[in-house]
Amino acid sequence: MPVKDYIRERFFPHLWCPGCGHGIVMNALIRAIEALGLSKNEIVMVSGIGCSSRISGYLDFHTLHTIHGRALAFATGVKMGLPELNIIVPMGDGDALAIGGNHFIHAARRNIEMTAIIMNNRIYGMTGGQYSPLSGYGTLATTAPYMNIDHAFDVVQLSIAAGATFVARTTTYHVQQMTDCFKKAILHEGFSVVEVLSQCPTYFGRKNKMGSAADMMAFYRDHTTPIGSKKKKENPDLIERGIFVQKDLPEYCRAYDTVIERAKGKGQKG
Amino acid sequence: MAKPKLKEHQIQTEWCKGCGICVAFCPKSVLELDSQDKVRVARPEDCICCRLCELRCPDIAIEVIVEQEGSG
Ligand SMILES: Cc1ncc(C[n+]2csc(CCOP(=O)(O)OP(=O)(O)O)c2C)c(N)n1
Ligand code: SF4
Ligand code: SF4
Ligand code: SF4
Repeated sequence: MPVKDYIRERFFPHLWCPGCGHGIVMNALIRAIEALGLSKNEIVMVSGIGCSSRISGYLDFHTLHTIHGRALAFATGVKMGLPELNIIVPMGDGDALAIGGNHFIHAARRNIEMTAIIMNNRIYGMTGGQYSPLSGYGTLATTAPYMNIDHAFDVVQLSIAAGATFVARTTTYHVQQMTDCFKKAILHEGFSVVEVLSQCPTYFGRKNKMGSAADMMAFYRDHTTPIGSKKKKENPDLIERGIFVQKDLPEYCRAYDTVIERAKGKGQKG
Repeated sequence: MAKPKLKEHQIQTEWCKGCGICVAFCPKSVLELDSQDKVRVARPEDCICCRLCELRCPDIAIEVIVEQEGSG
C-alpha cells in the first residue's frame, strides 16, 4: 500500500519544524507497518501531549490523542478491552518519563502487549525547550540557561529494570534499523520499548549549538555503535544501539484470561 | 535481482520544508536545495535508488520511483 494511504493527507504539510526527527520516526513506522502487512483497522495508536504525540493525528489508524503522560494508562484500558488489537504508543521523553514515568514503569512491569516508542529529543519541544529527564548533565535548556545539573535516565536500563520484555534503541539516522526494531517490537508478545534518538533542531539543537538537523543526525551516526561492538570497547562514551532484550514472559491480557477462567470455576485443579 | 533503474523522484513540493537532510546524506550527491529552499534533483543520472532520501525525509515529501515498479 502506498505510504500516503497510511496518513491523513488533510493535515499535511504537518506542523513539525523543518528537520524535526519526529517526522522520520513517523516515516519509519509507516514502513514497518506496511512491511508487516497489518491492516489499518487492527492498529490503535494512543498518544499523550507533545510535539511527538501529534503523530497520532497524522496517521490513519484508530487513534486516541489523550493527555500528557497518560497515554499508557489509556492504552492499557484499550488493550484489556480489545486484546486482539495492536497497540502503539508513541511518546516524547517528557511525556513518557517525566510526568508519565510511573505509568511507564508499571506498564513495563505488567508486561502488557503494546509497543512504546520513546521519541527522545532530550527536551520539551512543544512548550518551548524546558529540560527533560533525558537532557543530561551539563546541557542547556530554556529553564537551564547556565547549565542543567540533573543527570539523565538511561532509557534502556530503566526499561529493562522495570520489566519490559523487548527493549531496543536506535536513531533517526539509522532508518533501516529503526524500521526493523519497530517490526520486531510490534510482533513481540509483551511490553516493547523502542527508544529513538530524535533531533529537535529548534530547541535542543539551538540551545546546545548542535547545528542543523542533518548535523544532529550526523552526531547520532558518529556517537552511536552496534551493541557490543569493538568500537564500544575502545570508546566507552559511544551510545549502543540495537535490540538489548527480547524474552518471553507471561503477557498480561493472556494471564488475565486465566484469572477469568479460574473465577468461572474452570481450571481450578491446575 | 536486476539493479533498480531510476524512473523519477516524485517530490511533493508543498510538503518539503528544505531541511536539507536528504541532500546531506545522499551517497551520490544527487539532490540540492533550490533558491526557494525546496529539494531539486540536480543529478538524476547518478542516483543508485538506495531510497535513503525517501526514508529519511521527515515530511514524506520525496519518493523514489524505479523503472520495474508499477508493471504488476
Ligand atoms: C498535565 C499537563 N502538564 C503539562 C502540560 C504541558 N506540556 C505539554 S507538552 C509537554 C512536554 C513535551 O515534551 P515531550 O513529552 O518530551 O515531547 P516533545 O514535545 O519534545 O516531542 C508539557 C510539559 C500539559 N499539556 N499537561
Ligand atoms: S519544537 Fe522540536 S520537537 Fe517540536 S516540532 Fe519543532 S523540532 Fe520537533
Ligand atoms: S528531507 Fe524532505 S523536507 Fe527535507 S529537504 Fe529533503 S525533501 Fe525537503
Ligand atoms: S535514492 Fe539514494 S542515490 Fe538516489 S537520490 Fe535518494 S539518496 Fe540519493
